[in-house]
Amino acid sequence: MSFETFADFLAMGKHGLYVWLCYGVAVLVIAGNVLALRRQRRRFFREAAALQKRREADSA
Amino acid sequence: MPLKTLWHRMGSPRWMYQMSGSWVWVLGVMATVLLIVGSLWGLAFAPADYQQGNSFRIIYIHVPTAIVSQSTYMLLGAAGLVLLVWRMKVADMVLATAVPFGMSMTALALFTGAVWGKPTWGTWWVWDARTTSMLVLLFLYFGLYALRQAIPRQETAGRACAVLALVGVINIPIIKYSVDWWLTLHQPATFKLTEAPAMPPEMWLPLAVNVLGIYCLLGAVLLAALRLEILRRERDTQWVRELVAAR
Repeated sequence: MSFETFADFLAMGKHGLYVWLCYGVAVLVIAGNVLALRRQRRRFFREAAALQKRREADSA
Repeated sequence: MPLKTLWHRMGSPRWMYQMSGSWVWVLGVMATVLLIVGSLWGLAFAPADYQQGNSFRIIYIHVPTAIVSQSTYMLLGAAGLVLLVWRMKVADMVLATAVPFGMSMTALALFTGAVWGKPTWGTWWVWDARTTSMLVLLFLYFGLYALRQAIPRQETAGRACAVLALVGVINIPIIKYSVDWWLTLHQPATFKLTEAPAMPPEMWLPLAVNVLGIYCLLGAVLLAALRLEILRRERDTQWVRELVAAR
């Protein structure tokens, strides 16, 4: 462990703002990539299912 | 499986879709574990830099995102080449799906670089070779994204993007050697193929873990995006219809 206390860990010397800003934005960007894909995949299945239902209704 | 069979199977979207499902999860879990371990290790256990203090801990995001943004671009260049020469469907799909991830990683590398630059260089930004060539990389990603949106016909869009991706590959060695060719504030590369790192292992080991983790993330995100693209393009085939009906 390179810090004595948890407060030291948060403070990062005098660079806490810079370090935590970087890590925070990185988490957001990575989560954004994953969540966007999940949303698009769900939308595809929703729309494809609706399309199939419409086609079945048309042909019936 | 013989290599030739594998090469032919890769031309089959259905086979690609069925084979890749579990890989998304394996790579995703590996990415999560590696990135958490590497980041905590770098944040809490690696020693502070004797000159930069704790701001250097930004390296554990900055370097992996910068590396993977260039690797993703090389992948786009390779996909462009394969598409132009062999007209492989999969290459066109890679060209269409890898762009957002690469773009976000380039932006993240630039952002973390700027935030690291402020306490270290005293400025958010300098127009030197490394930062400028990374900005060019970001614009190349913007260009690839915009070009695909602008051309409605899929085949034409694919070929235009392939040409742009290939031409842009020139920028990659410029980024890599920019710190050697020109005077710069940017520090030289941390990892080199020919030399041991200048850092002690307790500093570069967590970095290596995060680099591995971000490559796993690239694999997971790219495969997931590819699978979605396969579904979209094969929407009217029997197997996709059955898949949709089964949900």
